[in-house]
Amino acid sequence: MVDDQLSLVFGALADPTRRAILTRLAEGEATVAELAAPFSMSQPAISRHLKVLEHAGLISRSRRATARLSHLEAEPLREVATWLARYQRFWDESHERLDDLLAALQASPDNSPGSGQAATQEGNDT
Amino acid sequence: MSKTQITAEPGIPQIIIARGFGAPRDLVYRAHVDPELLVQWLGPRDLTMTIDHYDARNGGIWRYRHQDAEGNQYGFHGVFHGDPSPNAIVQTFEFEGAPGHVCLQTVTFAEHGDATLMRTVMAFQSVEDRDAMVASDMERGTRDSGDRLDELLAKLAVG
Repeated sequence: MVDDQLSLVFGALADPTRRAILTRLAEGEATVAELAAPFSMSQPAISRHLKVLEHAGLISRSRRATARLSHLEAEPLREVATWLARYQRFWDESHERLDDLLAALQASPDNSPGSGQAATQEGNDT
Repeated sequence: MSKTQITAEPGIPQIIIARGFGAPRDLVYRAHVDPELLVQWLGPRDLTMTIDHYDARNGGIWRYRHQDAEGNQYGFHGVFHGDPSPNAIVQTFEFEGAPGHVCLQTVTFAEHGDATLMRTVMAFQSVEDRDAMVASDMERGTRDSGDRLDELLAKLAVG
């Protein structure tokens, strides 16, 4: 996914009404009237939200007789999920290692390297 | 002792990373400023970390590299602002793969009984920088095709 599209997806997800619409569409396709029903919002207002979601690639739309149906497009959401999951994994694993290290240091304090004084720490400079 | 919470809200050029540890505040702090300790935990196990500099004091520079199994290296560097203390470690952070895109990172440590809550705020120059950083981070992504959607939407929920 290009960064611009990622921004569009994030922008679309920033609104609680649009997130609620996506949650509803996860159960199946729906008309504008059906999507508007749970909100105290006009159908044109819902239509504007649907346009933003469509532009971000999060939904597609089709016609059945006179009604326009919206469908959830899961792939961009999956890519956003992957985007964050990767970063999450980096920190989850780092922090698990830190947990282990902290436990080891507490078990044998004499064994811990370093002075702990940041101001005098010279690092590994070569 | 708890799962790492990462908050990345849409439209805000910031990431907040929070995690509790079952250790005293000073020890958790030390694991961040002592390079001999830092090298033992920062990054996933399948990356090898090398610290070139780590001068944790006001104006001191730091640089480290992560290397993956294929030999690809990812370098990062920055400068400490103010003398680090358990109250705050403030430093700049730049991924060498994207020079000029600098992030300001503030780590704080709060004592809660026997535990320590660590909170990292990363402030980026723009939302685009933030998104690019997360997207490029270590580029060794797990392809979780499992349904993380609910979890994600919960995280993105504003307020």
